[in-house]
Amino acid sequence: MAQHKVNYLQDSGLPIALTTVDKLVQWGRSNSLWALTYGLACCAIEMMASGASRYDFDRFGTIFRASPRQAEVMIVAGTLTKKHAQFIRRLYDQMAEPKWVISMGSCANTGGMFNTYATVQGVDRVIPVDIYLPGCAPRPESLQYAVMMLQKQIRKESAFQKRKPKRLV
Amino acid sequence: MREYKNRKNVQKKAYYNDRFWVAPQLPKFNPQEDKQLNEDYKKIDEKFEIKEAFIQRDQLVLIVHSTDIKEILTFMKDELSYTVLSELSANDYLSQSGEFEVFYQLLSMTKRKRIRVKCRIKEKSSVESVYTVFKSADWAEREMHDLMGVNVNNHYNLKRLIMPDDWSGHPLRKTYPLQGDEAASWYEIDTIFGKEYRDIVGPEQRDPAKTDRKDTKNFSRIFHEVPFGSNPSEEKTIQDYQEEDGVYFVKELKKENSKVLNTRR
Repeated sequence: MAQHKVNYLQDSGLPIALTTVDKLVQWGRSNSLWALTYGLACCAIEMMASGASRYDFDRFGTIFRASPRQAEVMIVAGTLTKKHAQFIRRLYDQMAEPKWVISMGSCANTGGMFNTYATVQGVDRVIPVDIYLPGCAPRPESLQYAVMMLQKQIRKESAFQKRKPKRLV
Repeated sequence: MREYKNRKNVQKKAYYNDRFWVAPQLPKFNPQEDKQLNEDYKKIDEKFEIKEAFIQRDQLVLIVHSTDIKEILTFMKDELSYTVLSELSANDYLSQSGEFEVFYQLLSMTKRKRIRVKCRIKEKSSVESVYTVFKSADWAEREMHDLMGVNVNNHYNLKRLIMPDDWSGHPLRKTYPLQGDEAASWYEIDTIFGKEYRDIVGPEQRDPAKTDRKDTKNFSRIFHEVPFGSNPSEEKTIQDYQEEDGVYFVKELKKENSKVLNTRR
């Protein structure tokens, strides 16, 4: 006779949960999205505000890391100049799989107001982007929404599926 | 894909034209209007040839020969106590006379006066570096060399300051188009992937007002999102934070149960 009795029909059967490994892994991934700080311009201020206590990214498991080796998601926040383009590509290549990219704000999406010789017209010319977040600059709520949509997208993927190289552009 | 324009010879003509806007000049006065500046002007005039001198906006402007620049600045620093070189750059008059106008803005902290020394040089000729006289000239001359293409003699480290080292052209010239020449428009593709990748990535989309509702390969229509490259759909797609049946271990979010606060607590 067991010391305690588990009612599998109550509270989703807690403390025992039945699920597939696939779902569990993707649930873990989606809730520990460590972000590479990639503040390039004023969008970075909103990104920092999202990470701070009022909007509190830690609730989503999003912790900013200063190293690409420890990061899953790259939030490109700001204007990417042509001089800097090769470094963003290098840092993207240094991130371990699986990895995702959020392009935050108009400048990162399309070059925005900087229709000039020195600005990359959209980071998707250089790295593949998963979520485009419009706004100039997007509010922290928007960035949270983008992260939540990315979490949803990650949960949809399979953990053991061989990852296709993402399309560029 | 939009029409491709060959921009190889794009720097042949100047993009700035005087008929749009000619900045009005402030009135010019004789150097004798200001006692201190007149004294300094006389001292410089004794030693060097000055083409033109006038006071504009309480500052003395001296137009001199480009070969004298270093000696004049050294003299002004050592003898006349103009100890600060606050600005050094060039203007592009290539389309008018084939010349650059290089200017040096000097400040005397003790006299509380400013003097601007100007000289004109031909495009292919060069000015002497003054970084040994004023330390601030180091980066200013590099910037001038980078953005205007002015040659500077005897600078210890004359390489580009702002643009990348392998950039072609000088962006602040009047002949440089705002949206860049051929090399500029492919710069990031060429440096990262190589030239053969140009066909895969395609030319830059430079039209800020371009919208295409039927394009499902770039941006999706909000609330009408479809998978990449498939046909556009008029049906509304509801985007929600969570799946229908909720997420494991995470509290289920139902929009109808959420409360909107109209006032701050």
